Amino acid sequence: MRTPEPTTDGLKLDFSGIWSYDPAPEDRGHAKIDARYGLFIGGRFVEPKSGRYFDTHNPATESKLAEVAEAGAEDVDAAVAAARKAFPAWSKLPGAERGKYLFRIARLLQERAREFAVIESLDGGKPIRESRDVDVPLVAAHFFYYAGWADKLQYAFPGKTPKPIGVAGQVIPWNFPLLMAAWKIAPALACGNTLVLKPAETTPLTALKLAELIRDAGLPDGVVNIVTGAGATGSALVNHPGVDKVAFTGSTAVGKKIMESLAGTRKSYTLELGGKAANIIFEDASLDQAVEGVVNAIFFNQGHVCCAGSRLFVQESVAGTVIRKLKDRMQTLRVGDPLDKNTDIGAINSRMQLDKISGYLKIGLEEGAEMYQPACELPGKGYWCPPTLFTNVAQSSRIVQEEIFGPVLAIQTFRTPEEALEKANNTPYGLSGGVWTDKGSKIFKMTGKLRAGVVWANTFNKFDPASPFGGYKESGVGREGGLHGLMAYLNLE
Amino acid sequence: MADRTYPDFSRIVPIDTVGVEERVARLNTRSIKKSSKVQALKLALSMLDLTTLEGMDSPGKVRQLCRKAVQPIAGRDDLPRVAAVCVYPPFVKLAKQELRGTGVNVASVATAFPSGHAPLPEKLDEVRRCVDDGADEIDMVISRGEFLRGEYAFTFDEVAAVKEACGPAHLKVILETGELHTLELVRKASDISMAAGADFIKTSTGKVTPSATQPVTLVMLEAIRDHYYATGRMVGMKPAGGIRDAKTALRYLVMVKETLGAAWLHPDWFRFGASVLANDILMQIVKQETGVYTSLDYFSKD
Repeated sequence: MRTPEPTTDGLKLDFSGIWSYDPAPEDRGHAKIDARYGLFIGGRFVEPKSGRYFDTHNPATESKLAEVAEAGAEDVDAAVAAARKAFPAWSKLPGAERGKYLFRIARLLQERAREFAVIESLDGGKPIRESRDVDVPLVAAHFFYYAGWADKLQYAFPGKTPKPIGVAGQVIPWNFPLLMAAWKIAPALACGNTLVLKPAETTPLTALKLAELIRDAGLPDGVVNIVTGAGATGSALVNHPGVDKVAFTGSTAVGKKIMESLAGTRKSYTLELGGKAANIIFEDASLDQAVEGVVNAIFFNQGHVCCAGSRLFVQESVAGTVIRKLKDRMQTLRVGDPLDKNTDIGAINSRMQLDKISGYLKIGLEEGAEMYQPACELPGKGYWCPPTLFTNVAQSSRIVQEEIFGPVLAIQTFRTPEEALEKANNTPYGLSGGVWTDKGSKIFKMTGKLRAGVVWANTFNKFDPASPFGGYKESGVGREGGLHGLMAYLNLE
Repeated sequence: MADRTYPDFSRIVPIDTVGVEERVARLNTRSIKKSSKVQALKLALSMLDLTTLEGMDSPGKVRQLCRKAVQPIAGRDDLPRVAAVCVYPPFVKLAKQELRGTGVNVASVATAFPSGHAPLPEKLDEVRRCVDDGADEIDMVISRGEFLRGEYAFTFDEVAAVKEACGPAHLKVILETGELHTLELVRKASDISMAAGADFIKTSTGKVTPSATQPVTLVMLEAIRDHYYATGRMVGMKPAGGIRDAKTALRYLVMVKETLGAAWLHPDWFRFGASVLANDILMQIVKQETGVYTSLDYFSKD
């Protein structure tokens, strides 16, 4: 007997009235931000030879937080030279000694966790709940994890002689500024490489605070160098002849350019690029928990997540129920001040990104999709986008095919597992995916056939330093994290 | 009792325990401050079923509890009174006498509380007697033995019969979730009870460990929500036992607010079954007003 989907005609729950939460802002007093930051080269902060600085803003208020040096070609030169100079001694250091430095960085990060979380939210717009409970703890965990590998590399690759590659040039994005720095720095150092890291131009502050922390940890000069700037700086770093290995996390468009420029060089590279992940909900799933998982998949970090579950496939028999539950849940998401402990969705990272997302909302409507946004008051200043879902979309819709990188979910339905798989895989991307069912055998069947680097079952957006992460197809090349993450920073002979 | 339409007993609503616990953990990160805290504390006070269910209960004890229910702090008329006083059947008459005209309801735990092991006619007699004595609310227990061996129709019939015997009194159905062990069975017992006419579903007798927990309560709230969407009928929720401090009580209110919304944030639709909780709520209210914690010796221990 099929249980009919409940009718919802006229029934509505009211999630606004009677009792609301007062503002509960995190104290920002202990977060020290300098008025101006230089470049971290050779173990100290130096003025840029370019003589240029740019501003970094709080996307929630549009107010200026600090001035940051813009590294020109000469500055990148100096940073790479410092890394080269530091390489021989660092790479010859016993693994256990390198590990000590990494453990020290991890511990210092834990001690200063609150300060890093506050600055991450100020500079990037993500809610303090996430920077405090997800970003910073994972950063420390990543350093702890790779610290443990530093003296065990031979055991990781039996029969091989692992050797560091040399100087790594690393370019990271603005969505997880500190976490991506950790993903890049920790394995590189554990394997005996030195590096030059360039954070994104809208979110340089936590990387610069990390530079301070690394200096305080007593890491030998030049092992880690951090240069700030925009695309030109990144390009100068990636194309620098003194760089042996390139690691990039960012958009697929830029990733393709990097691949082109590296073709024919001796440099090795890893690329973590875009995604358009599918969540698949079967009728036998625990629907309330699946809905919660979908919310975490797409609205985590304002949807600025390369592995965000931005597409949702629901079995037709439960589509109405799932969409109703999603809409109810979305009404309880609080959009606003990232430093408020009750905020679920913070500020969009930049004006540019907000324009891009708004453009896609328009495209969705023009394509004939139905848009739902819960009623919520947005602050007058800053960059904001309410959580959004689109129904009545087609596989050919641009909002289904293209990465939006915002809190925007496109919902489609399916009738058979094969149909769900075919549509889920029908994308140039392949970074992540999710399957929701109460049936174990169905999980194995589906996850084995999803062409994506990371697949979650009955959960989503779970990260652990021991687990490799990376994409199929245009979502990237190589793996970060876990044992696999070591390989990217070693020559195995 | 003859022509009842049973719900589909073969239906299992899957519940993922890990997911439920994660949701609870996330709800618990809500930070309740200042005026929203004071409002919630007073709301929680007004939702209390002040309870005494001991073998050593006496008329004196019940009388004291009734006083506390009407005026939680002596001399303060500005605080809300609690929702109900919950007693064993022999004390219903007395409690009714004490509470007449105060707006505080009398609830009683009929149906061979807490084990539920008695023949149905005896249970129904007990329920009718309580209602005759003036009980406004009946807290029944389901027969967990029958439920756990899959006699779902028995459970349904039992709840339906008690509901009938209640007449005008409201029926709260205690699932005794600590004896059901899995969230899926909690969900199933909730669904059957609501289909059979429960006005409230309630977690526990307080005599079994664990009693009320947040994951169990969340699953029951979600069952209530689904029932509302399916039938248009609101059912109330009562976690009971184990909620000892105001902070925990506020976490329950957050769960209600974000699962069922504003309509359920009312003593008609949400209750706490508790005894020591009252004084901690009162202490927190006074703390919000004065800025300092007052010794527990200033609050009556009844």
